[in-house]
Amino acid sequence: MSNQHHTHITSHHRLLDLNLREVWRYRDLIFLFTKRSFVITYKQTILGPAWIFLNPLISSIVYAFVFGGIAGISTDGIPQMLFYLCSNAIWIYFSSGLTKNANVFANNANVFGKVYFPRLTMPIANVLESIVQFGVQMLLVILFLLYYLITGAVAPNWWAWLLIPVVLVHLGLLSLGCGIIISSLTTKYRDLSIVVTFGIQLWMYATPIVYPISQLADGTMKTILMINPVTAPVELFRYAVLGQGTFSWFSYGLSWGITVLVVFAGIMIFNHVEKTFMDTV
Amino acid sequence: MNNEKNTREVAIQLSGVKKMYKLGQIGGGTLTADLQSLWARIRGKEDPNTVIGTDQRLAGKTFMALNGIDLIVYKGEALGIIGGNGAGKSTMLKLLSRVTAPTEGEIDIYGRISSMLEVGTGFNPQMTGRENVYMNGAILGMTKAEIDEKMEDIIEFSEVREFIDTPVKRYSSGMYVKLAFSVAAHLDSEIMIMDEVLAVGDMAFQKKCLDKMRDAAKQQGRTVLYVSHNMNTIRQLCDRCIVLDKGKVVFEGDVEKAIDIYMNRQMNDSTFRDYNDFARPQWLSNTKIKLLEAEFLDKNSNVFDETEPIRLRLKWENLQDVKNVGLRFELWNLEDVAQATYIMYDFYSGEKGQITEMIMEMDASMVMDADYKTYITFFNNSEFGGNTDLDCVPGLCFRKAAKVKENYLIWRPKVWGYIQLPTPKIVSQE
Repeated sequence: MSNQHHTHITSHHRLLDLNLREVWRYRDLIFLFTKRSFVITYKQTILGPAWIFLNPLISSIVYAFVFGGIAGISTDGIPQMLFYLCSNAIWIYFSSGLTKNANVFANNANVFGKVYFPRLTMPIANVLESIVQFGVQMLLVILFLLYYLITGAVAPNWWAWLLIPVVLVHLGLLSLGCGIIISSLTTKYRDLSIVVTFGIQLWMYATPIVYPISQLADGTMKTILMINPVTAPVELFRYAVLGQGTFSWFSYGLSWGITVLVVFAGIMIFNHVEKTFMDTV
Repeated sequence: MNNEKNTREVAIQLSGVKKMYKLGQIGGGTLTADLQSLWARIRGKEDPNTVIGTDQRLAGKTFMALNGIDLIVYKGEALGIIGGNGAGKSTMLKLLSRVTAPTEGEIDIYGRISSMLEVGTGFNPQMTGRENVYMNGAILGMTKAEIDEKMEDIIEFSEVREFIDTPVKRYSSGMYVKLAFSVAAHLDSEIMIMDEVLAVGDMAFQKKCLDKMRDAAKQQGRTVLYVSHNMNTIRQLCDRCIVLDKGKVVFEGDVEKAIDIYMNRQMNDSTFRDYNDFARPQWLSNTKIKLLEAEFLDKNSNVFDETEPIRLRLKWENLQDVKNVGLRFELWNLEDVAQATYIMYDFYSGEKGQITEMIMEMDASMVMDADYKTYITFFNNSEFGGNTDLDCVPGLCFRKAAKVKENYLIWRPKVWGYIQLPTPKIVSQE
């Protein structure tokens, strides 16, 4: 027991101090957090993890009925169910990570207030949970894809499937960044947690989820869509899986730029709040 | 004691540590409210969010929960931290366990630290005991491999083996706490911080926990920081003690001395007390008598010597007609344990509104050297064998201090109790 482990605590904080080594030391905790949220969500439910399937399935059916059936929005020749399932999977991946991270401080104040562990483990675990959820939903997408492959209704770009992990990392970082910015601010301003709930709804309509981007004429709406950092990865994802989509290097590059900016801003605010948020939360 | 050889090695060092909290409105609750306040200030109007009746000057004021703490904790020592509520104990532990950061000053910690500000942090009622052990262990800083290795010991120590695969929501509160404590007790850290966690579980388990902690400090050379209001556990566990008051260390050193300093602060040395405005305890539903004054007669101080009787003057008012009133004068030690009671049955009856003054004398020769708190209770015997309290207030405190005599033992209340029974008579001797 020598002085191998030394902790120095001061009132100062460094701007970009991530301490990833410490986060790595706590990797088991990250996995346990991830596992815990699944266990808790599906314990004492009759259908259990089947809900992961049912949720996107039902909303896709509703979308197909409302947007495809009643509003008559085109899906660029892609079978409607497949189009909406695919869009839903990627959107739920992004939005569930964002929602959970937006409340990470407020929801875990009781734990954070009693014991120290790298706070970043919690947001990371939230993103991991969303990835697992996404994986399960992809099984459903692939099931439908196989059927439509046999009928010849779709032609995926198989090489672009290699980019799906990149899309996941991209959207994961974005939801992490946005989430921790919001949650850092919610420690002081509780209003934001209310804003997030309907903000995410609005964000979905500003993203080509229930419609393909090709349906839009040039104009304000299209500009918003191009600036929206979620648009490019979503389009890339559909380009890979469905063989349909408008992909531009410009908007993809812009999206990465915004993501990096958001992540750095997030970490900075997070570091600022992390040490003393227990006094205000 | 083995801390002699370890004294040189520092485990924790605090230098000039301060922690400030803002009084009044803490940073607003909502964004709109903050903007409103800002807008009002810009226009030079009154802040619409100030709580009515609060002192404006207080709003910007601050409160120092810790006001310049300098402290060195050596490796392998068990340090007790005592102090009244609001003295800064919890704030200090929070800083050490890195839950919040200091406003000023620096803290250096050498070694892995594990803090138990609460047992069972992160326990989820839906998950089984085993799952919760993993979760809680990981939160406290163990890896999965470490937990696997210790699982058997943890389950064994917790005494809940049969229920380990049952969701903890079905546990009794005792089982819950036992399991939670077992996890914390098996951490591999060099420094352990505990805040009153031993005030849980049954007596046998508390003792087991204390033994475990002492073992950690004495045998394994770990450093233990222990906060408690229970002086007995402090005595059993710690070899050094600090007393905190108003955010400062007011004493550092010997455990008994520290406890005395902390206790004396609570002992009131007045010989007179006025109860006119004293708020009676909630459970006293039916106050029929109101004690107005109590006083030790003919005394300048509240110290009584060996043979001196306690002469007490009481003055009370009857709020209703009373009959067959009795009086208890209870003696408690400063650790809030009742030790002995004087009692008078059926000594008084009176009419509503009547004010009575009485002087009574109590033989205190059996009450041995120590500090005492007292309670004065008026009561009625009920026909069903119980009794109804008519009034009950904490009375005056006093100290018994015998003049030292040769060939007499110095009384040790912790070991022999507080009352010396009459000297036995020898019936025959051969």
